[in-house]
Amino acid sequence: MPGAVLDRTIWAGVVVTERGSRYPGVGMDVQSGPVEAGEENLVDRLRAGDGAAFTRIVRGWSPAMIKVARQYVASHASAEEAVQETWLAVIKGIDRFQGRSSLRTWVFHILANIARRQGTTESRTLTTSPVDDADSGPTVDPNRFRPVGDRWAGGWRAEAAPRSWGPESAALNAEARVVLTAALAELPQRQRMVVELRDVHGLPADEVCGILALSPANQRVLLHRARAKLREQLETYYTGPNEPAVRP
Amino acid sequence: MTGDYLPCAHVVELLTDYLEGALDPATTARVDAHLFDCEPCTTYLAQLRTTITELGTLPEPTLPADTVIALEAAFRDLHPPHGH
Repeated sequence: MPGAVLDRTIWAGVVVTERGSRYPGVGMDVQSGPVEAGEENLVDRLRAGDGAAFTRIVRGWSPAMIKVARQYVASHASAEEAVQETWLAVIKGIDRFQGRSSLRTWVFHILANIARRQGTTESRTLTTSPVDDADSGPTVDPNRFRPVGDRWAGGWRAEAAPRSWGPESAALNAEARVVLTAALAELPQRQRMVVELRDVHGLPADEVCGILALSPANQRVLLHRARAKLREQLETYYTGPNEPAVRP
Repeated sequence: MTGDYLPCAHVVELLTDYLEGALDPATTARVDAHLFDCEPCTTYLAQLRTTITELGTLPEPTLPADTVIALEAAFRDLHPPHGH
């Protein structure tokens, strides 16, 4: 759905990513209760057999769940299976949900257990990347800034400063979106997971921290590195590779 | 406010924290002040926002329709609607 507007609609206490509907309550499958309804309300609805509420979270959360499951299992099909099995477990277990975490965090926790188990039987070798080398150092080429000793050390060099991407920069053209998708796939795994959950799927920071077992600060570092790299790839596409610093 | 000068190279590293509201008020004010009269950093931030917005419009693979239908049926079996 190119050009679709992303809306993060607060619904039943959770942020649900809506596509193609600009306003809460106007989308195709938006038949939600009041915007301020709490999550307990959602849990109550599920327990009371509200099929529309169930369909809604299945549609809203499954794409991000597939991404998370894909970390553990060998194929997209296996990830879909893990997500399906998770929803079956949620259907059976919702009456036992204690509410100690958010419903979504609980669902993702179940998913991680199922996908991990499935991944083990598929004997997929998990890359346990503790700290990516790519997780430290500047996100913008230091050569683009004035050197130490300059009066404006650390300021953009005029010839290397970011330039406008042109009138269409507000919404990327189709080719730029292909560049963005490819750049996303190239990111180190942890950065990619964080930016996908946050910016592609619209999950809030605290839930991403819970799902990926990250501290809030670490989550922001990974998110920033990912965003900076993606922006840079788009910049290269729009304005060409940056000219190297002119050395005297 | 010479001692207060935040170089661009530093500002660009703070922008996600800035957007997340994770900076302390003093640093937020310094970033605001910097952006107020630094066009390249303002452009950088706008491009970062464009990147974020566009990420939100990328297609998300989801469950096949028949899987969703099967899950809905499983839900109805275990949780028949109350009342009426």
